[in-house]
Amino acid sequence: MATHNLNRIVTGLAKKNLPTCLLKRTSINSFVVTKRHATHFKFYPDPPPIDCGPTEKMNLFQSLTSAMDISLSSDPTTLVFGEDVAFGGVFRCTVDLKEKYGQDRVFNTPLCEQGIAGFAIGAAVAGSTVVAEMQFADYIFPAFDQIVNEAAKYRYRSGGLFECGKLTIRSPCGVVGHGGLYHSQTPEAHFAHAAGLKIVIPRSPIQAKGLLLACVRDDNPCLFFEPKILYRAAEEDVPVGDYTLPLGKAEVVRLGHDVTMIGYGTQVHVLKEVAEMAHDELGISCEVIDLVTITPWDEEAVCKSAAKTGRVIVSHESSLTGGFAAEIASTIQKECFLNLEAPVERVCGYDTPFPHILEPYFIPDKWRCFEAVKNVTNY
Amino acid sequence: MSVGRFINCAAIKAAYVSAFRQTFHGAAISAVRYKSTTPQSEDQLGMKIIGGPRSFINKLEFLEPKLEDAIPIYRVYDTEGKILDGTQDPKLSEDVLHQMYHSMIMLNTMDEVMYSAQRQGRISFYMTNYGEEASHIGSAAALDKRDLVFGQYREAGVLVWRGFTLDEFMDQCYANVNDPAAGKQMPVHYGSRDLNFVTISSPLATQMPQASGAAYALKRTHPGLCVICYFGEGAASEGDAHAAFNFAATLDAPCLFFCRNNGYAISTPAHEQYRGDGIAARGSGYGMITIRIDGNDVLAVYNATKKARQIAIEESRPVLIEAMTYRVGHHSTSDDSTAYRAKEEIEEWTSGDNPINRFKFYLINERQCWDEERDKALAAECKKQVLKAFTAAEKRKKPSPSLLFTDVYDDLPPNLVKQRQEMVDHLGKYSKHYPLDDHEPV
Repeated sequence: MATHNLNRIVTGLAKKNLPTCLLKRTSINSFVVTKRHATHFKFYPDPPPIDCGPTEKMNLFQSLTSAMDISLSSDPTTLVFGEDVAFGGVFRCTVDLKEKYGQDRVFNTPLCEQGIAGFAIGAAVAGSTVVAEMQFADYIFPAFDQIVNEAAKYRYRSGGLFECGKLTIRSPCGVVGHGGLYHSQTPEAHFAHAAGLKIVIPRSPIQAKGLLLACVRDDNPCLFFEPKILYRAAEEDVPVGDYTLPLGKAEVVRLGHDVTMIGYGTQVHVLKEVAEMAHDELGISCEVIDLVTITPWDEEAVCKSAAKTGRVIVSHESSLTGGFAAEIASTIQKECFLNLEAPVERVCGYDTPFPHILEPYFIPDKWRCFEAVKNVTNY
Repeated sequence: MSVGRFINCAAIKAAYVSAFRQTFHGAAISAVRYKSTTPQSEDQLGMKIIGGPRSFINKLEFLEPKLEDAIPIYRVYDTEGKILDGTQDPKLSEDVLHQMYHSMIMLNTMDEVMYSAQRQGRISFYMTNYGEEASHIGSAAALDKRDLVFGQYREAGVLVWRGFTLDEFMDQCYANVNDPAAGKQMPVHYGSRDLNFVTISSPLATQMPQASGAAYALKRTHPGLCVICYFGEGAASEGDAHAAFNFAATLDAPCLFFCRNNGYAISTPAHEQYRGDGIAARGSGYGMITIRIDGNDVLAVYNATKKARQIAIEESRPVLIEAMTYRVGHHSTSDDSTAYRAKEEIEEWTSGDNPINRFKFYLINERQCWDEERDKALAAECKKQVLKAFTAAEKRKKPSPSLLFTDVYDDLPPNLVKQRQEMVDHLGKYSKHYPLDDHEPV
């Protein structure tokens, strides 16, 4: 495009206060068209599970709507609530549910996470199945006391007289490309320390629907963190009917024998791509494991793989120190010490808050994971 | 759309309001809840305000809290048990009155014995209910036994009323094998599924939004029941209290919020806890029906709770009750309140506004259904029963150490199976360093 035309366009846009961000001025008279950074992963869809009946193309948010629809229709006590869920939700996860099931079952709450959590716990204690939403995982912290001191301990402290097993809290999490400090967090490590909770992070629509239904029906309070970057980007042929997937069971999503790579959520797709790169460029065979459930986690499956390969990489978006990879690495070195050929590598976000424009440098992207494969095989 | 335009035609207005409710739930409710006593003309109403129509004013006027506007305290009898307004006496049967009084004395006696037990090192911790017996018994007696109770920690009288036995109280305090929670909590953290009393937890005010949620759920599954949530004036400062009020009000939950304003949160007096007119003044800010009552007057507590329950259930909305009382005892056995308040102050309340004595005078003078002789006999009988339960509880074994791992989840996940085995193996080797003889076997 001729420079003087670009100049006119930019000036025109700027006069109307419209964004000129796609056009970067390199000198007083010329422009370069720039793009915002593309996603850091490639989504690997799975084939639908066999014996789950007919399927339909659904993205992640649609598969979640389907799960909640099934819970609302099969369990008359089910309630779905949170900020803005009535009109369909800020991520469209609850579209049409209010219209279908009524305002007394699908409703907005005031803007108060500690209230959402407390109210949800109480409703579950009184016998309702509850699916409560925290609009962003970054905002779950006001509810930390209710979740950790109350929900997690309800059964233990009462000897089972009272419990909130019918509670599931779901929340969008994770890297999204532009989220910065407060729209990118995954707080699994903070909550993993509270015995009594189950924490689940799905990698795809098929996984998400089955796992959310499993959480809703599990007799323990569950936290369900949904990688928001996958809401629209991840699409699969998802069974339309009712099905659940097991909690507490990790899944080997790619078989291999040289290196074990463990992750969850979006990171599973990053690791799958790294496995392909390692195969193509280094001739290394990687086994990729989706942890699926953070607590209680599948030690047996992870250690079996670690013992087989002797070389392990654990990777998550959350910061390194005190992150969940530390827990996994610690257990692997204890249980598989004599099988290890190299120290367990952790590829994680750095020990900083989540940056905005510097996100590409913060996240454990495929290049950092690829480098870890080299490190662990060249030890 | 204008409320004013339809105000003359009741049928249209009703239809309008109900249609309005469907689409603009919040606005309609605030329009309906805030009844005006003077008609508002259309052009004076702030019609478009999303939160509900409001009128305009041309004078620059700030609202200033004034002592004269402070909410008065509802009472039925005075400090001598004399009825002030005959129409307010609920004229309960003698059986009910005796049961109420018996409960207050039993509670008081148990408190005395268990407090001493802690001082003697027999139990680790205790909290008394001195001075608040009327609040507990009066409110509990006004409820249905199926109404779900969420407490803070100073509501043992509610359990006494509902039939929690002395054995059950003591077994929890002694943390022995009979405690359904296997001694997992500190003393006074009682709970009873059968008596619909949710197990107490130490964090303050956490029970409050839970009560709102439970009330919401119960409204759908058990219409005709309500939830009552007890909390202190200190706990009312927590964010959870605000959340509870707002959620219960916006979501139309039949929850009674019963604030025991006993003047102290450990050492912090109420005038350091809030600057406004206590907790009752906050109620209307949330759109809640509210009353302030004399918490040391059994009948006032009874009347208010009974009415509040009716409102909550019939109108599907929360009600706030602030019961003014006084914490006669220390905060707990870990506290010596003479460090922050004068002995004289405690004396004044104990002699001048004593809930047990006031009720006793009412029974003797107003109802002629009690006397000092029976009073002495009751005190002796309660003491005897308490000491019997106390002696038995003290002798029982503590729970098996294996129970450490139960009820974390509904079943034992692999990591806990492994950890339990580690603990058992450890105890096998180091048994003499642990008080295993006090416990059931591992």
